[in-house]
Amino acid sequence: MKSLAIKNLKGRPVRTAVLMVLAALLSFTALGGTLVVASLGKGLDSLKARLGADVMVVPREATMKKKFEDIVLQGSTGYFYMSSALADEVIQREGVGQVSPQFFLASTGSSCCSIPVQIIGFDPDTDFTVSPWIKRTYGGELGKYDIVAGSDLNAFVGDKLSFYGVECTVAAKLEKTGTTYDTTVFTNKDTITALIQSSLDKGMNDFNDTDPEHSVSCLMINAADGTSPEELVNDINIHCKKVRAFRSGDMISGIAGSLSGVSQMIRLLIAAVWVLGIVILLLAFTMSVNERKKEFAVLRVMGASRAKLAGLVLKEALCTCLGGSLIGAVVGLLVLLPFNGVIEKTLALPFLLPNAGSITGFAIAAVALSVISGAAAAAVSAWRVSRIDTGLILRGDN
Amino acid sequence: MELIAEKVTREFVRPSGKTNRFFAVKETDFALQSGRLTVLMGRSGSGKTTLLNMLSGLLMPSSGRITADGKDLYAMPDKELSRFRCEHFGVIPQGQTAIHSLTVTENILLPFALYGDAPDEARARQLMERLDIADLANARPAELSGGELRRVAIARALVRKPSLIFADEPTGDLDDENTAEVFRFLKECASEGATVLVVTHENDAKGYADIMLKMSAGVLTQE
Ligand SMILES: Nc1ncnc2c1ncn2[C@@H]1O[C@H](COP(=O)(O)OP(=O)(O)OP(=O)(O)O)[C@@H](O)[C@H]1O
Ligand SMILES: [Mg+2]
Repeated sequence: MKSLAIKNLKGRPVRTAVLMVLAALLSFTALGGTLVVASLGKGLDSLKARLGADVMVVPREATMKKKFEDIVLQGSTGYFYMSSALADEVIQREGVGQVSPQFFLASTGSSCCSIPVQIIGFDPDTDFTVSPWIKRTYGGELGKYDIVAGSDLNAFVGDKLSFYGVECTVAAKLEKTGTTYDTTVFTNKDTITALIQSSLDKGMNDFNDTDPEHSVSCLMINAADGTSPEELVNDINIHCKKVRAFRSGDMISGIAGSLSGVSQMIRLLIAAVWVLGIVILLLAFTMSVNERKKEFAVLRVMGASRAKLAGLVLKEALCTCLGGSLIGAVVGLLVLLPFNGVIEKTLALPFLLPNAGSITGFAIAAVALSVISGAAAAAVSAWRVSRIDTGLILRGDN
Repeated sequence: MELIAEKVTREFVRPSGKTNRFFAVKETDFALQSGRLTVLMGRSGSGKTTLLNMLSGLLMPSSGRITADGKDLYAMPDKELSRFRCEHFGVIPQGQTAIHSLTVTENILLPFALYGDAPDEARARQLMERLDIADLANARPAELSGGELRRVAIARALVRKPSLIFADEPTGDLDDENTAEVFRFLKECASEGATVLVVTHENDAKGYADIMLKMSAGVLTQE
């Protein structure tokens, strides 16, 4: 009986191919769609984790032309400074818990530097946002003139890069985050201070009266217990006029918004394809069975039970749907995995693929779901076949 | 195997016409015996196919009982009746009945494949030779003529050596020579012990018949 199902499928290659393409489409959209949605979600989580602090404080001017936001969200390069005294004023406020400064510098593409890139320095003594992430790929301590490169940068461990005439060594490469941090270089405080000094010496820094030893670009702050981030932000903004504080959550809310918009659209698209696909499958199975009504009647004459006829229809459907769904899933993976960078650029949103285990899970679920849907669509035809009136059909061409 | 019909009737509903309920087969009692070739003749529309379908387990009578070796066919669950029919009944239906996606040989062996039984290939080959379709063993039904398809259907019905054979106009598309061969063959099956019922319009069939039945307007009479 099983071989009869296979032979029937082979005997009508066009119909079988059409059904397989439909099933492939179902699993392709399910897998591709959910992978994109999941990757966007993971990208956002990853961005949240990278920001890693409740509150961020930058000099007021850094918010004027959205400089800071553009660095973090758009991947543009830039820098700005406030004096340590100003930073201390902020740190003294009540409700400030964990706090760590960051130092920004942008290298230019000109002769002074190997690559144009955003450089972020952190203070190893207090840092709680960057270090945990660096630890995942680099166990050692960063020495002076050691740098850590984002995963998308064309620089590898051991490479020497020079910034403003200072040669640095790539000590580690970071895991992919799906965010603008993938094109950022990280150093410790000493290194970036030296780089800033060198840029000043070369007259290549816009802030030529900056004292690198006594400047910071940004403060990463966690609210102390009992204080909410909102309260802290309001307090700082009211009392420290020269800086601007904001919740990291607010900063990424725009991204989160467009991300949920895109996700919603993808979900709608999946639903539309599925509804349409299942309707077409229903019709296709019905037609395929109607066209062969007489063959089913003949099987019945030979002694096939009603259950066997239904089984034959279901087997044919399962074979085509399984084959098609597997093809769809493989095509989905072949499109998504190699081209996830392109998708990230096109969507301009944080995009981080789930790990291999989850991807496999998604693929299996997509195939299973599309096979089940196909079988359900065929079940209607199977039921109708099992009810055929043999006598009536065989009289057809008397 | 003996087949007995007791008080069997079949009523149909016709959507058009004045008398929209009518009996295609009026109350009938009769028996088919082993080793006999019974020929059923009658005008078109007289109810021959309806009767044959009921006897072969394909059409539930409106009333009455049909038993094969004491088993009430329509009291059996579908699964059991189907298996029983596959093993013991050979039906040659009216019209063209090949399975499109199978070769001639596969079509003929299908009654074995249906339940995963070991195919009797020697029997299939012997039947094909006898019916002069051996050359077509690997051909597809689409390539065959009407008469060839008919002979495939005959071989398929007989491949499991059924003890009950039902043939509905088995020689409709055949030339005289093949017609004679088919009747000789069916007669042979009967003499080997099978119960054979043939519906036909061929007058020559009378020569092979052990029993002649006549159907007219749903009423069965023995000649
Ligand atoms: N399923 C059905 N529904 C309604 N009427 C039917 C049905 N089956 C058969 N009939 C009617 O019952 C009558 C007997 O039909 P049947 O097919 O048994 O005739 P037949 O003797 O085999 O004719 P032929 O020699 O042309 O094959 C016909 O008038 C036919 O129209
Ligand atoms: Mg008839």
